[in-house]
Amino acid sequence: MLLPKPRGAMSTTVFEHLRSPEPAPGEQSPALPVADSVDDELITLWALQELSYRGFEDTDGDHQGDPFVVVVRHQLESALEARLRSRWTDVELEDDFAEQFFTFVADHDGPSLAGFILRKADREQALELMQARSIYQLKEADPTTWVIPHLAGRAKAALVELQYDEYGAGNPDTMHSQLFAAGMEASGLNAAPGHYINDVPAEVLEQNTAMSLFGMQRRLAGAALGHLAGFEASSSLPSQQMAAGLRRLELPDVMAKYYDEHVEADAVHEQLAVRSVCTAFIEDEPHATQDVFFGAFTCLDLEARTAQHFLDRWEATG
Amino acid sequence: MSAKSPAPDVVLCPGGPLLLRGAHVVEAADGGVHETRRPVSAICRCGKSAIQPWCDGTHKSLPADARP
Repeated sequence: MLLPKPRGAMSTTVFEHLRSPEPAPGEQSPALPVADSVDDELITLWALQELSYRGFEDTDGDHQGDPFVVVVRHQLESALEARLRSRWTDVELEDDFAEQFFTFVADHDGPSLAGFILRKADREQALELMQARSIYQLKEADPTTWVIPHLAGRAKAALVELQYDEYGAGNPDTMHSQLFAAGMEASGLNAAPGHYINDVPAEVLEQNTAMSLFGMQRRLAGAALGHLAGFEASSSLPSQQMAAGLRRLELPDVMAKYYDEHVEADAVHEQLAVRSVCTAFIEDEPHATQDVFFGAFTCLDLEARTAQHFLDRWEATG
Repeated sequence: MSAKSPAPDVVLCPGGPLLLRGAHVVEAADGGVHETRRPVSAICRCGKSAIQPWCDGTHKSLPADARP
């Protein structure tokens, strides 16, 4: 994967820095760059986080410990977290966590891309959505894997059990990321990770950078697990709609099969994520229960923002 | 479940499916025989799933008093 195109002054400066040799220890860092827009901030943060996944072919060195990178990334993650928290209001906690959680997810109202794909989308729109989804789905489950070492005991064992299924239970061909890649290739899309990064809107970057933020920061383990549970608990029914919509459009069956798999898998995973992972986690760390709801809210809210972006573009909100 | 109990192999989810941990052969209501194919499987209990015998999340669309 190559570094994305810059989207403003901050990303221009940071990406030039990443293409230059890593500074020697003690070397003076450049002045902190100022972003032109949230879009500029998000593409910068996305690239800096990506250094901790598979990285880029066109950086000089891995730059993960580069003080300039660490400081810029910390600044951008703080701004992102503040923005996400500003959209959130604490819930009043009830005794039955699992029931409250499922109700919370079911009651969240937002525009549905799956409903649009089912009934109205044309092939070009469906493929555009696949391109946007590819930013996450080609590394599906990876952001949550960061959480494993932040946990102990039952919550940790439960999360590993869920992730093992995401990664194909030992079979590389059935890893969810690989199922999506196969679907993309069959549909004539490029399945190289990050290939479509320059085409995706800020909303998609915010979804992706929030997942990495939650996953990588130990302090935010509750939000990461809530995001996971919120994602799984809002997936089976939309996945049915996606599969039916892609078949209506006569896209290759292998793409629809990715969503068939998620109907079945996520009906399991939502139960595991809510009843095993999150329930065990909040027994260990009851103070983090609000963060679990905050993570779920963020998942649903960012998906609604992405959906609104595309539905507005496709003039289909009515 | 207390922290001292062994981890269960079968879990009844209130209002939802039955979770089955490990490899099993499941006979569906229509007599069809299905092998589990993931570390944990969810067996439909509401009877409305379109992918019997597995759960597809349809129970969540049912009124609360119609759920298992």
